[in-house]
Amino acid sequence: MHLGVEEPIRECQYNQICTHNSSPMDTPHIKKKKNKRKWQVFPGRNRFYCNGRIMMAKQTGVFYLTMVLILVTSGLFFAFDCPFLASNLTPAIPAIGGVLFVFVMGMLLRASFSDPGVLPRATPEEAADIERQIDANNGPSGPGYRPPPRTREVLINGQTVKLKYCFTCKIFRPPRASHCSLCDNCVDRFDHHCPWVGNCVGRRNYRFFYLFILSLSFLTIFIFAFVITHVILRSNRTGFLSALKDSPASVLEVVVCFFSVWSIVGLSGFHTYLISSNQTTNEDIKGSWSSKRGKGNYNPYSYGNFITNCCAALCGPLPPSLIDRRGFIQPDTPQPATQTNGTSACPPNQVQSHMGPGRGGSSLRREPQTSLSPDTSSSSSGEIPRCSQAS
Amino acid sequence: MAETHSLQDLRQAAVASKVFVQRDYTSGTICKFQTKFPAELESRIDKVQFEETIQTLNNLYAEAEKLGGRSYLEGCLACLTAYTIFLCMETHYEKVLKKIAKFIQEQNEKIYAPLGLLLTDPIERGLRVVEITIFEDRSIGSR
Repeated sequence: MHLGVEEPIRECQYNQICTHNSSPMDTPHIKKKKNKRKWQVFPGRNRFYCNGRIMMAKQTGVFYLTMVLILVTSGLFFAFDCPFLASNLTPAIPAIGGVLFVFVMGMLLRASFSDPGVLPRATPEEAADIERQIDANNGPSGPGYRPPPRTREVLINGQTVKLKYCFTCKIFRPPRASHCSLCDNCVDRFDHHCPWVGNCVGRRNYRFFYLFILSLSFLTIFIFAFVITHVILRSNRTGFLSALKDSPASVLEVVVCFFSVWSIVGLSGFHTYLISSNQTTNEDIKGSWSSKRGKGNYNPYSYGNFITNCCAALCGPLPPSLIDRRGFIQPDTPQPATQTNGTSACPPNQVQSHMGPGRGGSSLRREPQTSLSPDTSSSSSGEIPRCSQAS
Repeated sequence: MAETHSLQDLRQAAVASKVFVQRDYTSGTICKFQTKFPAELESRIDKVQFEETIQTLNNLYAEAEKLGGRSYLEGCLACLTAYTIFLCMETHYEKVLKKIAKFIQEQNEKIYAPLGLLLTDPIERGLRVVEITIFEDRSIGSR
């Protein structure tokens, strides 16, 4: 329907309707809306950069500290100690140091920027289906009564494993998955949330994390050893105090390396143990597979020998990301629940992404859907707002 | 006999309900779906056919996640090139996922769409479920 504006035909007349679109119904003042990408409506507490290519946790302050420490210490090493060592010992030292440094930074960035293995939240139909199944098992309950924590038991390799229901993501968590409260996501094979790396460590980035701390241990020990060597060699020529005066940066490097080497080497050792026994930090801390829990308690995921466990953790196939950050939102795709309780209106940007061209602008309020059973703590959000469009 | 539908017709048909086939964790954390035949599909499709579809899916996912010489080689090569090799080539897992997508499309075109059903690729549901959409069968008359 065009506006019906009658204008005398002039040289600078307006074109009536933009005919690039197939539908002539568009009002000309509304720009064609760009489809949003899925990362822009992601329900977890993550930050995305580079149009969804990079994914990190919300708090990244400590990650920048890590970067600064590594860059400054390595920078000082290459600038002040390497010239002396290269000329007096061998140029292989800065070369090896350079390779180590590049590897450490590469692994750090890979661990920090990749998707750790986030499990996408259930679509509304899935959530409703699971609710139906649970109600069928537990029997109906009165309003206001919160049902007991929902669990399912499954037998894996002879061990009984309890699968817990996640109220936020509305799924039964797969074994070894856990919900990270900082990022508000369920992560597959959740190890821990690492503030130094600025991300969760899970199935998809555990090997990068491990290689990062392992190579960082080598780099720290390397820098520590060669800075000490440098100072000793200088002291032999000019005396200890003047050696320190000639290269003051070495003092700073030694201090940083000395204090970090204990924790980093310790952490590497701990994770080497975890990898060889195929456990996650989460399981180890809880003592899930400890023999102290019971006589027949063992780790059902272990492959038996530590070589296979190591190979599986480090060289096994890398699963792809399940959340498709850069995909475009399709208008007819069901969107998962973004709110956990209270409000029944979906966020405005989500409503707009479902509207066809030409309708944008008005804030539509969806009617609350009663697709979920009343005893859930969460709202009935997430249904496709088709019903509220007056067409 | 039900009128056969094409995949295009299904897009306009109304959705009667959805059935979800859940994951089967009895073999551990590998991706595997339950082969139990859902009751809602009894009137629509043959049990053996359905189980065969799910079993083929399971086999494909097992192939993607298999630990063996090939995956170790790929892992080591990737580590040595600081994972930059994946800028130019796909991982084995991704290749198998493409195979699975093609398989599901074939199954939909040949078997499920004519019966008024539609399989959704599990990767679009985060590998949690196989979603089967049951469309209203208008040709026979209302239920």
